[in-house]
Amino acid sequence: MSLTTAHSVVAPSANSKRFAGAIIIAYALISIVPLLWIFATSFKTPPDSIAYPPKIVFQPSIEGYCNLFTTRTRQTSEYINSLGPATGFCDETVRKRNMVIAGPSNFLPRFVNSLIIAFGSTFCAVFLGTLSAYGFSRFKVPLADDLLFFILSTRFMPPIAVAIPIYLMYRELGLSDTALGMILLYTAVNVSLAVWLLKGFIDEIPREYEEAAMIDGYTRLQAFWRTVLPQATTGIAATAIFCLIFAWNEYAFAALLTSGTAQTAPPFIPTIIGEGGQDWPAVAAGTTIFLVPILVFTILLRKQLLRGITFGAVRK
Amino acid sequence: MAEIRVQNLRKAFGDFVAVQDSNFVVEDGEFFVMLGPSGCGKTTTLRMIAGLELPTGGQILLGGEDVTMLRARERDIAFVFQLFALYPHMNVRKNIGFPLLAQGMPSAEIRARVEETAKLLRIDHLLDRSVSGLAGGDRQRVALGRAIVRRPKCFLMDEPLGTLDTEFRDLMVHELRELHNRIHATTVYVTHDQMEAMSMADKIAVMKHGVIEQFGTPREIYDRPATMFVADFIGSPPMNFLKFGGGLAKGAREIVVQGAKVAVPEVREDIAPADMALGIRPEHIRFDDASKLRGAIYGTEYLGTTQIVAVETADGIIKARVPAEIRLNAGDHVGLTLNSARLSLFERGSGRAVRTSIHDTASERRVRHG
Repeated sequence: MSLTTAHSVVAPSANSKRFAGAIIIAYALISIVPLLWIFATSFKTPPDSIAYPPKIVFQPSIEGYCNLFTTRTRQTSEYINSLGPATGFCDETVRKRNMVIAGPSNFLPRFVNSLIIAFGSTFCAVFLGTLSAYGFSRFKVPLADDLLFFILSTRFMPPIAVAIPIYLMYRELGLSDTALGMILLYTAVNVSLAVWLLKGFIDEIPREYEEAAMIDGYTRLQAFWRTVLPQATTGIAATAIFCLIFAWNEYAFAALLTSGTAQTAPPFIPTIIGEGGQDWPAVAAGTTIFLVPILVFTILLRKQLLRGITFGAVRK
Repeated sequence: MAEIRVQNLRKAFGDFVAVQDSNFVVEDGEFFVMLGPSGCGKTTTLRMIAGLELPTGGQILLGGEDVTMLRARERDIAFVFQLFALYPHMNVRKNIGFPLLAQGMPSAEIRARVEETAKLLRIDHLLDRSVSGLAGGDRQRVALGRAIVRRPKCFLMDEPLGTLDTEFRDLMVHELRELHNRIHATTVYVTHDQMEAMSMADKIAVMKHGVIEQFGTPREIYDRPATMFVADFIGSPPMNFLKFGGGLAKGAREIVVQGAKVAVPEVREDIAPADMALGIRPEHIRFDDASKLRGAIYGTEYLGTTQIVAVETADGIIKARVPAEIRLNAGDHVGLTLNSARLSLFERGSGRAVRTSIHDTASERRVRHG
């Protein structure tokens, strides 16, 4: 910039930039402290985790993670001493508390359930949403406005308001406690969001691109695949993140409709508290691991997400 | 390359008729321009030829084959859009090669054809660039490249220069015509800019409200406008009209306008008494103090070699194009003489031109309206 001495009318002044920066940092701290707290707690020992005043500096331990992934039984010290040498760090830690590892906990399968259900339903919602949004955007759909309103209206009440009918239906259909049932449910909830978000993005893509491709010898589907989809990636990524966050964090339906084989992580994690006293480090460890996939996914698609939520403002 | 024949083509969107019974033939290798104000149906006609809209009635023949209801991809045509529609996620090479990919051409051949096309358009140094970084003129060339690479039956262009700067536009008009002279591709070009139409076209169709007002060469359209609309739409400033009344007899060579006798080209048909108009191009007016047709200077626009002089007459303002050297002052009274050989006569009611001796030499194809 050559006009360093000139006062720009539109550029913010240094002071207002500093002020804005301070607000952002303060907000970031407020948002991130609970996360840091959980992360720190997951590396504390159980006594440290309930110490008062809370310990900021502590001896890190992976006991929480050991407890998260295992089930343990209490034994007499004679029995423990009669065992051979400890086979690993977890084994050793558990023995210090007069317990032995009885087997793996349910956390891993529940976590895998969460992955399957959340990513599966996100894929379905975005896939269906993209196709219907394209249809609404490009074709003369009879009663298009009413249909779109109807699709949106499924979001007017909290999903949990229909929990009882869905519970009864699922029991009849044999979809209770199945991954398929949960994928269908989350897809149904998310698809309305996906259609509305994606329609906005696809409306922004001039139809000349498909027309050009169709004149150049492609079918409509090929034209859609080769010219519309690549330009809609931003919108698709943003939509996918919103759908994934909903499906990943959903608690109420998961608690109601899943109990065993298809249970997801959110209803499972609180149950850890019950097993052998208030094991906050194990709960914190479960939460920390639970946060990882969504964090990775969001960071990977960060650029698209940023463009996605500000779209319209910077696209042109 | 092929001839395009449009017969009784009609398109209605609900109650709105966008194109009314159009008939025209674009001969093989011809550069044909559809010219008209926005909303006149020229783009709709083009999109029907392309297969992007289906006609309500009529026929489109491409090289003798009836393509009226064929899909766009089955017609073997190329289309250049106003906004170019270059795919932003592909580089220049992939954009130009995209139509060939649809045909399943081997990649080595695609490569060769793309490079050959790029050389023709002098954009071979840009092949591996992203299209988003290109200047307007180069984007235009890439869009043209994507059109000509496939060697289609014809090119359709929808105001392809509409978004370019004036400077670029003049350059591209020249380039487009030069390209056409080299490859002789049948081209249908839509524009609302008469300068583009006049400088590029072999044939022009002037459209208004879905109707083709006149079909002919640029010279025919300028010298012998078929309707008052065409006379007014073409030319800058447009043709002047002076009102007069009464009928015309076959063989008449003189009319009376504002009390002054004006010699006109010999009338070739009998016209019943009606409201008439005399059409004069600005460059066919000279100042002559002896003339009985008089007016007062209202203002002048100096253009370097010529000047446009607005003269207030009893029948409103008319504009004359005269040499720049003549010194004129606002308010001066002047006499006007008209170049009798170049005048047009119109019926004001229908806007239709009266047949006179200026039409004698015309090999003009008459446009039929259904």
